[in-house]
Amino acid sequence: MTDRNDAGRIDLRDISIHLPGKVRFEALRQITTRIDGGEFISIIGPSGCGKSTLLNAVAGYLAPSGGQLRVDGEPVDGPGPDRGMVFQQNSLLPWRTALDNVAFGLKMSGVPRGERLSRAAEFLEFVGLKGFEDRYPAQLSGGMQQRVEIARVLINHPRVVLMDEPFGALDAQTRERMQQLLLDIWGRLRPTVLFVTHDIDEALILADRVLVMTHRPGQVREEIVVDLPRPRPEDIIVAPEFIALKKRCLALVQDEVRKSLIGGLEAARIELPVEA
Amino acid sequence: MTDSILSATDTPAPASAPERSVTAMIVDGWRDRSLGRWLWRLTALAVCIALWQFASMRKLDLVIVTFRNVPAPTEVAAAALRLFQSPKLVSHVANSLFRVFSGFAVAVVSGIALGLLIGRFRRVEDSLLPPLEVLRPIPGVAWIPLAILMFPSSELSMIYITFIGALFPILLNTIHGVEGVDRRLIASSRSLGAGRWSIFAEVILPGALPSIVTGLAIGMGTSWFCLVTAEMIAGQYGIGYYTWESYTLQNYADIVVGMLFIGAFGMASSSLIKWIGRLLMPWYRIQERHA
Repeated sequence: MTDRNDAGRIDLRDISIHLPGKVRFEALRQITTRIDGGEFISIIGPSGCGKSTLLNAVAGYLAPSGGQLRVDGEPVDGPGPDRGMVFQQNSLLPWRTALDNVAFGLKMSGVPRGERLSRAAEFLEFVGLKGFEDRYPAQLSGGMQQRVEIARVLINHPRVVLMDEPFGALDAQTRERMQQLLLDIWGRLRPTVLFVTHDIDEALILADRVLVMTHRPGQVREEIVVDLPRPRPEDIIVAPEFIALKKRCLALVQDEVRKSLIGGLEAARIELPVEA
Repeated sequence: MTDSILSATDTPAPASAPERSVTAMIVDGWRDRSLGRWLWRLTALAVCIALWQFASMRKLDLVIVTFRNVPAPTEVAAAALRLFQSPKLVSHVANSLFRVFSGFAVAVVSGIALGLLIGRFRRVEDSLLPPLEVLRPIPGVAWIPLAILMFPSSELSMIYITFIGALFPILLNTIHGVEGVDRRLIASSRSLGAGRWSIFAEVILPGALPSIVTGLAIGMGTSWFCLVTAEMIAGQYGIGYYTWESYTLQNYADIVVGMLFIGAFGMASSSLIKWIGRLLMPWYRIQERHA
């Protein structure tokens, strides 16, 4: 495990990203942070602050317009199996069974069929889906689809796992179970995890460190170290240390939401005479 | 992993059980009525034929449309019997099937290949789609003179016309299917290590397949649609040729027999395509059912 800890270091230096659109707008401004290999990072912030944009940049879907983005010292140049991505809605291939979906990454790297299927079966069992190998994604519940999605990413042994509100569409009970499952997997395989969420409880339960982002254009407002002991029981959310951290996160996020609203109002005030 | 996590699946069965039973009830209800519906449909068909028989026998004149020269179903049946007993029948059918399926096969290969490229690459779209859009509205009949001039044999000219008939539905549905593929599927597949070719084979093609199959079924129909046109060029055999020849010889009952043959073969081959499509895409019906 110790040697794996070195892999998956992410260095962001002055990352700025502009998104194309009707008006080209600045989504991220000069983000600088360093994430150690094997670290679990949650990213929170007001809606539209560029959390997903940051993940997409690390995934290699988006090229930064400025700054340097390196994983283990190498510049990110397009998507690759070393950086797995899990979206809020599953992106499983509807025409492949759960087993074939999990085996997909191995097929891409040329592993022979028999071997990749037996390894995929192991990973399905690992996420608690033994017996569901032959189901198509449409035949699985939302939580099960996300389990398959996670297994499909993990089978490639990624150094970095990027998760964009992966449990956002699940009901509260399923979500708690998925959080525990994720922590368990992370404890065993120790990839670096970047986890975007709206849910402050979720962010704190999971992470070593929480990045709180400002409103648009997104910058890192503050990095909060979550020094709660692991494994973290489910009732940790009522522990005083947890509540203290949560208050701090809430205050920061609410402050950013307020600022973005004021910014929006000011923009509206400026536009009013023009429209009239 | 603790046991509680392992055993704790998301209990999908109880959650979706009420939904499934409602669906099952609807399906059962439909099944109960389906026999009755088939009887109703057959009766409707019989009534139509009876009305046709009546109109032809009475030589009904409805001002705008007249049945004076329309052969009655009984005459058509007699003509059909004659054709069935004729040694030429096999040649007619075999020639037509060969022409339709040759033209269709070329249309399948070129329509799907072009559709995948046009749907995926803007440059290809901008180069190929404008000329194709100009060719699209041109009916098979208008192609006859050029088809005769362009190809060395009349057989190839005929195949070309059935090809042109099938090409556009296949092409346009393929393009539509490719453009409808969920971008996230492509993105996540790239993150799983899929290269350019794998994206095509593993994501774009299967993603577009439902739409492609629809295009194939329509294209199969339009290919038959063009058969009479194509076989106007024919020398002696083909169902379309038989129909056209009957018109020039004023064998009206034979015309109707030819028409019904084309209709029946067209319908049968379109159903064949849909059936093959269902075999190829077991996941698709499941997805539709759960959507």
